[in-house]
Amino acid sequence: MSKPLQRPPKKDPQKRTVLPTLPPFMRSRKMLAFTAAAAEGVLKLQQCRACSHIFYPAREACPKCWSMDLSWEAAPEGGELITETTLRTSINTYFRERMPWRVGTVQLDAGPSVLAHIHGDVEEYARVRVIARTDKSGQGVLMALPEKETPNMADDPQLRTLTCDPKYRRVLITDGRTELGQATAKAMANAGASLIFVGIAEDWRPYPGSEELKAIPGVEIMPLDITDTISVQELAGEIGGKTDILINTAEYVRPGSTMERDGIVTARDEMEINYFGLMRLIQAFGPGMKFRGADGDNSACAWVNLLSVYALSNWSAYGTTSASQAAAYSLSQCLRAEMAGSGVKVLNVLFGPLEESWRQPLPPPKVTPERLASTIVHALQQGFENVTLGPVAEDVMRRYREDPMVLERELAQIQMG
Amino acid sequence: MTETNGALSILGRALLDGSIETVDLTHTLDPDFPVIVLPPEFGQCARFRVEEVSRYDERGPAWYWRNFTCGEHTGTHFDAPVHWISGRDLPDAAVDSIPPDAFVGPVCVIDCSQESADDEDFLLTADFIRAWEKTKGEIPAKSWVLMRTDWSKRSGADYLNLREDGAHTPGPDADAMRFLIDERDIRGFGTETVGTDAGQATHLSPPYPAHYLLHGANRYGLQCLANLDKLPPTGAILVCPPLKIKHGSGSPLRVLALVDRSPQ
Repeated sequence: MSKPLQRPPKKDPQKRTVLPTLPPFMRSRKMLAFTAAAAEGVLKLQQCRACSHIFYPAREACPKCWSMDLSWEAAPEGGELITETTLRTSINTYFRERMPWRVGTVQLDAGPSVLAHIHGDVEEYARVRVIARTDKSGQGVLMALPEKETPNMADDPQLRTLTCDPKYRRVLITDGRTELGQATAKAMANAGASLIFVGIAEDWRPYPGSEELKAIPGVEIMPLDITDTISVQELAGEIGGKTDILINTAEYVRPGSTMERDGIVTARDEMEINYFGLMRLIQAFGPGMKFRGADGDNSACAWVNLLSVYALSNWSAYGTTSASQAAAYSLSQCLRAEMAGSGVKVLNVLFGPLEESWRQPLPPPKVTPERLASTIVHALQQGFENVTLGPVAEDVMRRYREDPMVLERELAQIQMG
Repeated sequence: MTETNGALSILGRALLDGSIETVDLTHTLDPDFPVIVLPPEFGQCARFRVEEVSRYDERGPAWYWRNFTCGEHTGTHFDAPVHWISGRDLPDAAVDSIPPDAFVGPVCVIDCSQESADDEDFLLTADFIRAWEKTKGEIPAKSWVLMRTDWSKRSGADYLNLREDGAHTPGPDADAMRFLIDERDIRGFGTETVGTDAGQATHLSPPYPAHYLLHGANRYGLQCLANLDKLPPTGAILVCPPLKIKHGSGSPLRVLALVDRSPQ
């Protein structure tokens, strides 16, 4: 069993904050396909289309038949630990600070034997489950886990470098006025977050669920209006140094295409929340989180953006909202690039129609706020960076990967309802 | 400068020696000050927002300035007749074309603070005004009339006082407005609440009687006023020029009152 994670002590104000160092950062262009799959928690291996040979790490040509016709395919995670060692010294600063470190070779059921990080509970020559995740450098790595769940398995220090577990962490939820914000606060409390700051804009307007929200253990209501730069800066001044996970639950959704709208007032509101709101949050909270990426067991670890899947391709029934979501998605990519090297992951959850009033006339299947909230928790615990949620979103994502130009045409044919 | 006994000279001396006090009836333009909330399908009133352009930094080393954005009806603001459909075709009815003498004039303050404390949906009636006139005198023609409710002392959720069936704040009924317009020929009507109408005025007949009747008669509105408790019932002078926005329906503004503090 792993040693259970203890509640982190209060920070010693006389000690300098440990700065983030990084495991090896550079990957070949070919290997980035492995990283992109790992960001979704999917183990993909290269396969030769000519001779079906599966191999690792990434290559330009098949090592068996020299064909260059290669693809990346999802592979089974099973395998067997065939050799291992525990590193007690390293010239790499990142590993040096985290000794001892267990690595080994796993014979994958899929074929190749791979070098992997080894979970502390894996026994010698045991069957293992090999997961692909992004590490503190944001690059895909492999880690062998015990085949079956062990006590406190998530608390293994090596595994924790790949995950963003909310346990004992301090979370900021940017909008608690909605069912989504409230469900997220509840899910974070259940996941063991020590403090849950919940932003409430315009407390002069009552909102449903306010009493229940305040009663959730660990919840602290904070004034926050992401359309107001001063409000965002003031809150960051107060809690920016202890925000470990930021979940942006604020969204502004209105049906309508460009020509169905009269003027740009609503579109501007969409941009104010979906795009400029995110930008204000990044400017105010980003630098502090980036600085605190290695700040102990409750380091800053994740920034969560919740985006409509129509950020990928415009659906004219919600045309201008889709456009603002596309802007937010692009900004989120910028944020991920800016956070590189900090150890803070940017998690994008692309979801299909949410069960809420502005999408009320849309037919099922829809994503409930509770489902979205539990998905966020799961993704953080697993260390995912990209999640697609709900049948509609999964369908759009599949078509997007197939051919975004065709997807655009398909969405143009879909009317609402 | 020669001393004269012209009206403005007397006024100037009184302003300097403190026998006339300038009272500020304006709320600070604050991003978190409540604005009117309409059903969400309708366009909404923009909140007051500021963005820094520079603050003695790399964006402008020696100067501090900001951009601000808001609606024409954000904060303490002026309603022009074109604001309402009943005033849409009237002449000189937008803030840039209203004759400037409308912005300075005598003001009467009807104290409804006790009634509003007792009943948050208090409606000012024509009878209430007639009773007020019995002790304070008849409202002079072309006066501004302000309804004092002490609502400006409320903050947070108590200000709009929103519940599931809408806002609950005091205001005038239709008869009161007809009386003030037709029989007293007032220049405009002002309140401390977020609008000139009561919170439940959508259920009156006509709906929103202050807006409908005032603006239909080319009269003006003021709302989100403060410090009305510092004004006498009669005798003060109101100064309320809105921004000169081309074809503006209204504008945030600074509202001042000149109050005679000389020993009577």
